[in-house]
Amino acid sequence: MFENLSLIALQNYWWFIISVLGASLVFLLFVQGGQTMIYRLGKTETERKMIVNSLGRKWELTFSTLVVFGGAFFASFPLFYSTSFGGAYWVWMIILFVFIIQAVSYEYRTKAHNFLGKKTYETFLFINGFVATIFLGAAVATFFTGSAFSVDKMNLVDLYSGKMPIISSWEKSTYGLEALWDTNQMAFLTNISLGLAVFFLSSLMANMYFINNIDDETLYKRNLVCLKRNTGAFLLFFVFFVVRILMIDGYAVNQETHEVFLQANKYLHNFIDMPFVLIIFLVGVLLVLFGIFKTLFKASKNGIWYSGLGVFLTVLALFFIAGYNNTAYYPSSFDLQSSLTIRNSSSSHYTLTAMSYVSLMVPFVITYIWIVWKAMDKKKITADEVENDSHMY
Amino acid sequence: MEHIDFSLVDWSRAQFALTALYHWIFVPLTLGLSFIIAIMETFYVKTGNPEWKRITKYWMSIFGINFAIGVATGIILEFEFGTNWSNYSWFVGDIFGAPLAIEGIMAFFMESTFIAVMFFGWNKVSKKFHLLSSWLVAIGSNLSALWILVANAWMQHPVGTTFNPDTARNEMTDFWSVLFSPVAINKFLHTITSGYVLASIFVIGLSAWYILKKREILFAKRSITIAATFGLIASLYLAFTGDGSAKAVAKYQPMKLAAMEGLYHGSENAPLIAIGVLENVENSKEEDFVVDLPIPGGLSFLAFGDWNAYVPGIHELVHGDSLHGIISYKEKINIGKKSIDALAAYTKAKKTGNTDEAQKQLKIFKENYKYFGFGYYFGHDPHELIPPVKLSFYAFHIMVGLGTYFILFFALILFFTVKNKIQDKKFILRLAVWTIPLAYLAQEAGWIVAEVGRQPWVIQDLMPTIAAVSKIDSSNVIITFFLFLAVFTALLIAEIKIMLQQIKKGPEEKLIENSSKK
Repeated sequence: MFENLSLIALQNYWWFIISVLGASLVFLLFVQGGQTMIYRLGKTETERKMIVNSLGRKWELTFSTLVVFGGAFFASFPLFYSTSFGGAYWVWMIILFVFIIQAVSYEYRTKAHNFLGKKTYETFLFINGFVATIFLGAAVATFFTGSAFSVDKMNLVDLYSGKMPIISSWEKSTYGLEALWDTNQMAFLTNISLGLAVFFLSSLMANMYFINNIDDETLYKRNLVCLKRNTGAFLLFFVFFVVRILMIDGYAVNQETHEVFLQANKYLHNFIDMPFVLIIFLVGVLLVLFGIFKTLFKASKNGIWYSGLGVFLTVLALFFIAGYNNTAYYPSSFDLQSSLTIRNSSSSHYTLTAMSYVSLMVPFVITYIWIVWKAMDKKKITADEVENDSHMY
Repeated sequence: MEHIDFSLVDWSRAQFALTALYHWIFVPLTLGLSFIIAIMETFYVKTGNPEWKRITKYWMSIFGINFAIGVATGIILEFEFGTNWSNYSWFVGDIFGAPLAIEGIMAFFMESTFIAVMFFGWNKVSKKFHLLSSWLVAIGSNLSALWILVANAWMQHPVGTTFNPDTARNEMTDFWSVLFSPVAINKFLHTITSGYVLASIFVIGLSAWYILKKREILFAKRSITIAATFGLIASLYLAFTGDGSAKAVAKYQPMKLAAMEGLYHGSENAPLIAIGVLENVENSKEEDFVVDLPIPGGLSFLAFGDWNAYVPGIHELVHGDSLHGIISYKEKINIGKKSIDALAAYTKAKKTGNTDEAQKQLKIFKENYKYFGFGYYFGHDPHELIPPVKLSFYAFHIMVGLGTYFILFFALILFFTVKNKIQDKKFILRLAVWTIPLAYLAQEAGWIVAEVGRQPWVIQDLMPTIAAVSKIDSSNVIITFFLFLAVFTALLIAEIKIMLQQIKKGPEEKLIENSSKK
């Protein structure tokens, strides 16, 4: 089946899979958003326990999605993996560190003799929620704003010029952190705005998740108040980001020569050239707002599902305009021709074919995750449960 | 290559080794304990006896403490391929990335989805669904080991691939050869069974401690029965797959075998050193045994199944041995360089449109590609290509010695358990407790053999570590190394303290158990 597809079709298919994983990850980041509100929402120990246990049954799903997102990127677009991870070293390292400290915090937080103390593990959860969302958002924003790197495959066979035989080089000594503080360019504001938009989005999604998952009137009311504030902050940063990327010059690829060049309003053009993506984007944004509206004004507890689908569609559309329609998805502001495109950074036809068969398992995986989620969440979390069950975080 | 930043290479290696060694403290217990728990829960579902549920829940609580930190250290390994081994990621991403992605899709989601049911689903789903979840967690964790070990085996013995000169990387040509490579199969089976052995020793050791403290006798004896049976079968199979691994190493990585045995000079009827102490020979790069207990012909038999077979030593592998058709490292370096130069010339010729020259250079490149990686050592002393011999030798002997002891240990424990005398054998019970750290030691030693013994190769003969790193200032890697060290050590201390407390506390009280099962 897949072996009959052209390399271009397979590359497009794999950018679609990466986009699906990226969109799923952003939806599941509600776990991170929730972690930043443990004390803001939970005023008593029982309330905090309900919050932590509600998130604790989902954190591994987010974690696994991040790992699979990384693995799939490695398998399908290895040049991105080697260039971005090996170059924007500190951005990825900081993201990794905050996920290390998250992974133990749920299990160890309330255990006796946990060495670092309960507060430390709660701080770990907060740091993970705050830093991971902002850094992941900012890292994805560089898909639009660019980074300073160069790629030269000839370095691998250069034994004489005195250079290291390394293909990808990062041109800034801050190794990625410049995306967050390089005040010489407007790019950093765009990067930070997406980071903060993701942070507030994950927080408002967490509010709706708690409303759906925890059966407690006090927490419900506090979540509503938080949801309003988070929505306001999210809209501010998200609108700024969207307006910026629609205005900036984008990194376009000449279909014939494969040369990368700057094109005015490239991402706006991408929306216009691919109207179905624009529709997906608009439907996504509307669904996010609809979910929030139902929660705030119709006392609905299912807002998470509308907004969740909305988040998925919106992020999907953003990935589409970053990579499709002859666009360099990981542009280099240092050397335009080093920019990574779906065409020049992918795995071979054979590997993409083999991987495509594996991707057929994804619907099966989604089905069993859905079944388990429904079975586990059939009974909402209550104060009684967290106080009396033997295995609680 | 004077321009190689050796500080960067060494610190990158140190960081990866640190992460891998820490990760491997936790993984084997997860691999084995998940199955032991699933077996215990099966007894519970079959018999309906609440005591089995109590046993299952206790070992599950231990599993949870260990699993969390295994996950924390595991994520780093995957991303370090990119952050610290960027060239490697491109050079082999076409092959190596696929198993990692499959691992995620097939295994990680299975583990992470069903582990929530395992811990929190006792009162939310049916008994059978819960049991299925426990089995799926066990299968998922073992499946994740499969894919990463397939990837590792490919690095030790690259198969099912061809180098594409136009993209300057290796590309997969046969997925099934990668998956079913004899090295991959052996490595997977050997590694997961080692996890079963460690988990069995862990369960036996802890249960023995309860018996010594005169607590939870029935719980402890039942746990020992399951673990000793599981452990004995696993340890016998471990020896079998270990033998297979040794034969694969002899065939595909002869230098590693020579280092593992401290064999500087090859011979027929080569001896296996059962016990030995190596010391540097004065004015020489070699080491010699000051104490040794050789088994004549043992190494020849271990490597080739023939007591009289010839086994090359480090000397022959470095300097060559025409009698046995061994090419010297110097020659291999020249061949590798020829291949690298031809690839450079091919690319240039292609750019200028000189097709004839491109074809000529491509032919030279292909003919010499087998030793491509050696080319990066042009101008270097070939002795730099010898892995650390002492470390490989001791790690190998510690692993094999302990592996042999574990078989006897399980047999002894099972014998006294069947005779119903285990509770009276204080010495055996104390021995069981002290065998726990030995199991961890054997695990770490095993990985040291596998990874140190294959140095300097990140991909055997094709890519050395010096050409695989990411190009970043080494000071950054030094900082992250110490950050990892601090974080991992703090979390390890936390894990041990929580675990000890959980052990002291013991299983849930029966009263609570009986009330909660209503």
